[in-house]
Amino acid sequence: MKKNGLFSRLLILLCFLFLYAPILVLVVFSFNASKSKAVWAGFTLDWYVELFHNGMILNALWVTLAVSALAAVIATVMGTAAAIGFRNLRRRTRSVCMTVNNIPLTNADIITGVSMMLLFLLAVSAWNGSLGRMLGIKWNMGFWSLLIAHITFDVPNVILSVTPKLRQLDPNIYEAAQDLGDHGFHAFRKVVLPEIMPGVVNGLIIAFTLSIDDFVISYFTAGAQTQTLSMVIYSMAKKRVSPEINALSTLMFAAVVALMVIVNLRQARQDRQARKRRETLSAQ
Amino acid sequence: MKNKAISYPYIGWMGIFVVAPILIITLYAFTADAGGFTLANFRDMAQYASAFGRSFLLAAVATVICLLMGYPLAYYLARETGWLRRMATMLIMLPMWMNFLLRTYSWKFLLERNGLLNAFFGLFGLGPFQMIDTQGAIVLGMVYNFLPYMVLPIFSVIEKIDPKVIEAAQDLGADSFTVFRRVTFPLSLPGVLSGITMVFIPSVSTFAISRLLGGSKTLLLGNLIDMQFLGSAYNPHLGSAISLVMMVIVMVCMAVMNHFGDGEQGVTL
Repeated sequence: MKKNGLFSRLLILLCFLFLYAPILVLVVFSFNASKSKAVWAGFTLDWYVELFHNGMILNALWVTLAVSALAAVIATVMGTAAAIGFRNLRRRTRSVCMTVNNIPLTNADIITGVSMMLLFLLAVSAWNGSLGRMLGIKWNMGFWSLLIAHITFDVPNVILSVTPKLRQLDPNIYEAAQDLGDHGFHAFRKVVLPEIMPGVVNGLIIAFTLSIDDFVISYFTAGAQTQTLSMVIYSMAKKRVSPEINALSTLMFAAVVALMVIVNLRQARQDRQARKRRETLSAQ
Repeated sequence: MKNKAISYPYIGWMGIFVVAPILIITLYAFTADAGGFTLANFRDMAQYASAFGRSFLLAAVATVICLLMGYPLAYYLARETGWLRRMATMLIMLPMWMNFLLRTYSWKFLLERNGLLNAFFGLFGLGPFQMIDTQGAIVLGMVYNFLPYMVLPIFSVIEKIDPKVIEAAQDLGADSFTVFRRVTFPLSLPGVLSGITMVFIPSVSTFAISRLLGGSKTLLLGNLIDMQFLGSAYNPHLGSAISLVMMVIVMVCMAVMNHFGDGEQGVTL
């Protein structure tokens, strides 16, 4: 293939400028001494200090991390099990399951959000009107409904990530393990799981990322008391976002960049080692 | 492995949390607050016809711009060699790690009347322009937020095209434009179709972008739905009807597009 010319390089550069310019603005203004964003009034780290004294933001951060981590782990376990189980269903049942599984992926987030909200509202009012009133326990939407909603949109992504690995799996190795006397979960853990592990880990990461970044579904399913970081930002962004949020996002962004660099360096080193091993093998 | 039972928990989960909510929203759309079947919710929607039109129009414009920007970007990135190509996916995904509401909010500061862009234009004696609180700003917000969804599928499809296919076309005398038109583009069509879907659906249903960049006057479908469920105009029945109609229109659009996409592919291959 022909190498790219000056024009295409310029185009790539402009597109990346477009993608990164707003982020640059955010990062720069997280160090701005003035609370108003439009003018630069000198360098400060005050917002980073104040961030750790802002109870509302820290609480929202905690809710976001807790719901994302819990939802990602539960969705990964349930999704991996479902992906394995789906393969043994009859063809017709399996295709129905995959179609339903695709609904949260293809539906607009707002529809997933409001439809689950209606379900939760009905469940809450049914409970509060019957058993709850008898027992004197009032129920409301909150962390639990948020968690259920997150699990629901995480699982399809886990399944999407695990299924290709299962397809590559040699069906004979599980039987071989059984022939050698390993059964059930032990055989699965020792033989199947290591093979599909990259897909499982990938699914976990995707689920966690989606959960952290989600706004629309959380907004409709969290109820009046619980707030995720995105919801705090949305309610602020309608007026003015306080610079502590810029500071927090800068920290989170820096953490992700650092993580990406580490992962990439590790990957590059593994690739190098693998190549070296291949070379020594072929030399022998 | 003959353990289909381990998928039963998720099948039950889907029944309760995926299928049931869709049924409930359908039920709500066809009932009144006092109960009983009614089509009044769909009749009431007529007053929002302009919001429907605007949402689909702005989303379509944003999708076209994303395609016009995203395709060349994906194409040239896939033709790069070395670190840029290796890091391309990461570089496109990285912005998504910063909260999208904040990134959208950041545009407010670039677009404001006394914002950075107007200050920049001022250096040349131009402006100030009214950019924030316009429909253009909403489209910009959509393009900005969803461009990665267009680039990534196209990039991953083009990247997988066997270079031998292109060499073969060149050996048969095709110039570079013909190679693109007859080989690369048809082969990249699946990526284009999934890119269009992934940009159009969130664009047509957004309410945060229009709220932040479009001011309070421009209502999109998402804002309407938001108002019916969590806002001042509380009426979940009407909100359900709007959601249902939007869902059906989007499904029809996607089905038509995928149908035509497949047809074209069949012809050119």
